[in-house]
Amino acid sequence: MSGPRVALFPTCLTDTAFPETGKAMVRLLERLGCDVDFPLDQTCCGQMHFNTGYAELARPMARAYADVFDGYDYVVAPSGSCAGMVREIHPTLCPTSPAVERTYELSEFLVDVLGVVDVGAHFPHRVTYHPTCHSLRMLGVGDKPLSLLRAVSGLELVPLPQAEQCCGFGGTFALKNAETSTAMLADKMRCVQDTGAQVVTAGDNSCLMQIGGGLSRLQAGVRPVHLAEILASTQEEPWVATP
Amino acid sequence: MGRNPVTWLGSPTFPDAARRSLGDTQLRGNLRKATTTIRGKRESAVAELDDWEQLRRAGEAVKDDVLANLDTYLERLEAAVSERGGVVHWARDAEEANRIVLDLVRQEDADEVVKVKSMATAEIGLNEALADGGVDAIETDLAEVIVQLGEDRPSHILVPAIHRNRAEIKEIFAQMPDPPDSDDPRALAEAARKYLRRKFLSAKVAISGANFGVADTGSIVVVESEGNGRMCLTLPETLITVMGVEKVLPRWQDLEVFLQLLPRSSTAERMNPYTSIWSGVTPGDGPQKFHLVLLDNGRTSTLADEVGRQALRCIRCSACLNVCPVYERTGGQAYGSVYPGPIGAILAPQLAGDLHDEQAASLPYASSLCGACYEVCPVRINIPEVLTHLRAEVVEAKGKRTPEAMAMSAAAWVFGSRRRYEAAQKAGSLTRLLARGGNLSSLPWPGSKWTDTRDAPVVPKESFRTWWRRNRG
Ligand code: SF4
Repeated sequence: MSGPRVALFPTCLTDTAFPETGKAMVRLLERLGCDVDFPLDQTCCGQMHFNTGYAELARPMARAYADVFDGYDYVVAPSGSCAGMVREIHPTLCPTSPAVERTYELSEFLVDVLGVVDVGAHFPHRVTYHPTCHSLRMLGVGDKPLSLLRAVSGLELVPLPQAEQCCGFGGTFALKNAETSTAMLADKMRCVQDTGAQVVTAGDNSCLMQIGGGLSRLQAGVRPVHLAEILASTQEEPWVATP
Repeated sequence: MGRNPVTWLGSPTFPDAARRSLGDTQLRGNLRKATTTIRGKRESAVAELDDWEQLRRAGEAVKDDVLANLDTYLERLEAAVSERGGVVHWARDAEEANRIVLDLVRQEDADEVVKVKSMATAEIGLNEALADGGVDAIETDLAEVIVQLGEDRPSHILVPAIHRNRAEIKEIFAQMPDPPDSDDPRALAEAARKYLRRKFLSAKVAISGANFGVADTGSIVVVESEGNGRMCLTLPETLITVMGVEKVLPRWQDLEVFLQLLPRSSTAERMNPYTSIWSGVTPGDGPQKFHLVLLDNGRTSTLADEVGRQALRCIRCSACLNVCPVYERTGGQAYGSVYPGPIGAILAPQLAGDLHDEQAASLPYASSLCGACYEVCPVRINIPEVLTHLRAEVVEAKGKRTPEAMAMSAAAWVFGSRRRYEAAQKAGSLTRLLARGGNLSSLPWPGSKWTDTRDAPVVPKESFRTWWRRNRG
């Protein structure tokens, strides 16, 4: 029996700068019985362009997305933000396609489509979870990521105070309004540090890059780790920190 | 036509203004405390109603109907108000509205007027226009008194002095004839009461805004918390109301929806303490002369924009300000307009109508697009959608030759083909573009904006796709 044909859409950021998250997605989804593919023609969903005011430049990217991911049962992204861009914005840029409608953020795919909460992961660390804005408010993933984390053996989940406050990333907002973004980040880092967690996790590498970048500057001793990497980690093949 | 005063002349762009307020620790503390408190209260007030989502949708539907049939409802309102003894005036812009009001005040031989808290009159700079005409406009809402006596600018729609704390207010009130002897809220309120009582009793003319105007009955509605508005609306002989055209509601029953949505969203109350409703003039009761000035000031041109027009649904509850992470840090004055926060970021540039203006053009970017505003808005204004829409208009206004536009085109060109994308990935330039915010030499923002305060990710030894090709390809 072969599982659903799942196309990975790691997003251009993860493909380029966070390959470990992509590898974790492959391990996790294959472990859960999916037939995983990575269509090499994919590049970017166009979110940076669209959100900065360049909708016209994002339009061809939206069209290309539909072409590249056509024909798979599902498309899964380790990003609430990019999955939100595809599902909510792409239909406003070009005729919608089955690929767009079958695009899921990782936690949605696991819980809603595969119907699993316990993915058989093992991660013996103290972890706090930051719900990213787009996964929370655009996609409405709710507490799916938290249910997944609660089922991970060895993992101690500590609640993050003021969890639903934005980390201040916001794409080019972090540059155009760098000072305000930093002020938002400062409060987020304080909340993360207050938990005493060793690991801060989220469903978006962009936000983790913001939070992690700030924490590493402070030598805070808290590591950003994408949700996919935690869920991929097992007793036999445990997560290892990359330098 | 003069410059639209909805954005303050000479205000710096949002990032520049924000930089200044971020350094103000007093302001940051005051705002954090105030917004955190009201946020929690709103959440519980809203949670009490199981039909909150339906109410929001009903509010949205009524307002959309109003916007689609604005001319019909306004004519109906005009007829109903006139029939009940009021006089209706139409003002195309701020200048015209101010002139109408000044003339009306002069007709009454008044050199002082009392004012009910009103966003519309703040938007058109009425107080300044009256002062130029030799008329003193006395604000009577407690927070507006603090702003006015402090020669300050408002920083919040509902609580314009939210950036002030008790100690600062005591300082400002020291100029009252009977100044407060401590910064105890009771003492502050008592001092204000004495100061205002004298004004209420001597004023011949009052000026107000309107929360709603009911077309069917010609009734104008003002909701408030203090009762000072009620004093203005009942004591003087003449009442002049300036109302934005979009505030009209078709039917009396529509108030049922909005009088639930508004107080819970704005002050987290089930019902606001004072709701004043009047229809024209009632002989022997209240003001015997009533003028309604219907204000356009950029509203019909906003209406022409299919995406942007939803901003006109706004009922000025300020819930979006209270939940906004940007507003919480920068405060309202950084927006350079009477309309701050998320609604200001979409409404002020549209009413001002000039995206070539640097300050107005910076407002749609004053957001991380986190969506908290949309989640709470009682009339479901999709603020993030309007923000990105206005950003596209800013980009268009600026043209294709800006460094940013050229960098964006270059990036789109890279993303346009797998070969170019992979080449950029191998060269490491894509990591910098995506992760450090564009250290590509052609990009406008120095990568240092990122690395000033955060470490950038290390460029990995191989991309995910290289790994995939090596192992699975
Ligand atoms: S935009 Fe919505 S939330 Fe903001 S002030 Fe207007 S009605 Fe209230």
